[in-house]
Amino acid sequence: MSTVTENAALLPASLREDFPILTNNVLGGQPLVFLDNAASTQRPRQVIDALSQVYERDYANVHRGIHTLSERSTEQFELAREKVRAFINAEHAHEVIFTQGTTASINLVARSWGETNLKAGDEVLTTVMEHHSNLVPWQQVCQRTGAVLRHVPLTEDGRLDMAAFDLLLSEKTKLVAVVSVSNTLGTVNPIDEIVKKSHDAGALVLVDAAQSVPHTTTDVRHWDADFMAFSGHKMLGPSGVGILYGKEALLDEMPPFLGGGSMINEVRLDGFTPAALPAKFEAGTPPITPAIGMSAAIDYLNRVGLEAIHQHEQILVEQAHAALSQIDGLQILGPAPEHRAGLVSFAFDRIHAHEFAQVLNDRYGVAVRAGHHCTQPLHKLLGIAASTRASFYLYNRPEDVDRLVEGIAEVQQMFAPKGRKRRRKPQ
Amino acid sequence: MPSEEELYQEHILDHHEDPFHRGTLADATHAHEDKNPLCGDVVRIELRLDENGKIEDLYFTGEGCVISQASASMLLEEMYGKTIDELKEFSAEDMLDLYGPRLTPNRQKCCLLSWKVIQSAVHSPIGNE
Repeated sequence: MSTVTENAALLPASLREDFPILTNNVLGGQPLVFLDNAASTQRPRQVIDALSQVYERDYANVHRGIHTLSERSTEQFELAREKVRAFINAEHAHEVIFTQGTTASINLVARSWGETNLKAGDEVLTTVMEHHSNLVPWQQVCQRTGAVLRHVPLTEDGRLDMAAFDLLLSEKTKLVAVVSVSNTLGTVNPIDEIVKKSHDAGALVLVDAAQSVPHTTTDVRHWDADFMAFSGHKMLGPSGVGILYGKEALLDEMPPFLGGGSMINEVRLDGFTPAALPAKFEAGTPPITPAIGMSAAIDYLNRVGLEAIHQHEQILVEQAHAALSQIDGLQILGPAPEHRAGLVSFAFDRIHAHEFAQVLNDRYGVAVRAGHHCTQPLHKLLGIAASTRASFYLYNRPEDVDRLVEGIAEVQQMFAPKGRKRRRKPQ
Repeated sequence: MPSEEELYQEHILDHHEDPFHRGTLADATHAHEDKNPLCGDVVRIELRLDENGKIEDLYFTGEGCVISQASASMLLEEMYGKTIDELKEFSAEDMLDLYGPRLTPNRQKCCLLSWKVIQSAVHSPIGNE
């Protein structure tokens, strides 16, 4: 029943065999269809094996020991940093800071750069489609410094209103914090244009790239972004590791955020001098094994090819968008497929997102996200309490989209008004 | 894992489509509203207490999933005419039993929203909200 199964631009279905979790789960008598990739992805055997190998053969703390295992771990950890550098085309490996994840990366910039550089009357410009992780840290830093937080609104079809952006951007704007791909709308934002205009106005740009780095080629130097944040677990790697990219000159000027081991050059009882990059921002024992796992994930993604992954997801999202557009009473959030990445969120007037997620799981084996996806202000703006989101990755197939659409039809049928009457309780 | 046949039993769908006392109470003495921050489910309960602490009448409004709204209807029907003391005795576990189908921890939050709201409502005189 699928119309695009034969499409040559799809990735081979055989790569699904690399992901044990896809065949190890049966939900409601159906094989797992995992469509919650915007929240977190699954790992291929190659990443799981890399993690096992570290723990079984090479693990020790990094940058501390003379012994063999510490050397091995350090070498692999620093190799991971170089892999990430090449993956995003940064100039220097020491511009790649290992953090716990995207949220930690953004908080690092907000606390270290923000508290040092923002003052009353300055402005931070963000957008109404930001994930809470690129909104709350800026609310906090604005509260502390007296800077003002402004938000770029949306166009009717769920893209950034760039005319409004032009009006909001001024010499008061010190930083623009923007998401590359909206985790709720799927909107792909014009980062090139935003960076150029922001720099012309004298503002720095932080890109929350958590939803784009895993799915398409990233060239941070082409963007000319000043800071960029993303997570390992959204790109086939382990949770607990993320990246902050920052331009060397900016990171050099910023004070350390967390204090402790590793981030120091010299410690006296009455003070310390910070270490050079990247150690300056990596206090404490870093996420050693997750970083090495992330390195293996990058190898896997490079083998498949980021451009091929992007093409594959575009086919799936076009198929999903076309099918969902046919359903009466269903509101698709966000723009047309040509302006969106590989996810689609939707809402119904009468049927809550929970019902979709529950029945899709229990009866169709389909895992989707239901709720506000950490974008409460955006949902409020759209006038809906919650939405259901299907998000795709390289292991999804057109048949998965078919199953999703069948499930949605059934949910509509199940919860349609039927003139039911509650049995009256004798009072 | 409960299957959805258990989760969405007929009497639950009946309560959802034909709820007990959905609406507002003009002469309410007490009211409270809360939401589930995870999913945005919201329930408001308005009630009238007499001088002996008896719930003379009560109504709910809200938005959310079938479980959150049907459970509110079932709870209000159960508590109609009861006293504050009887309400205090009515534990979270009693609420889950009243609902019926076994729920996963996340869905229990949906079911217990109205139960949390009514426990606060009886201590929230209108005007002091």
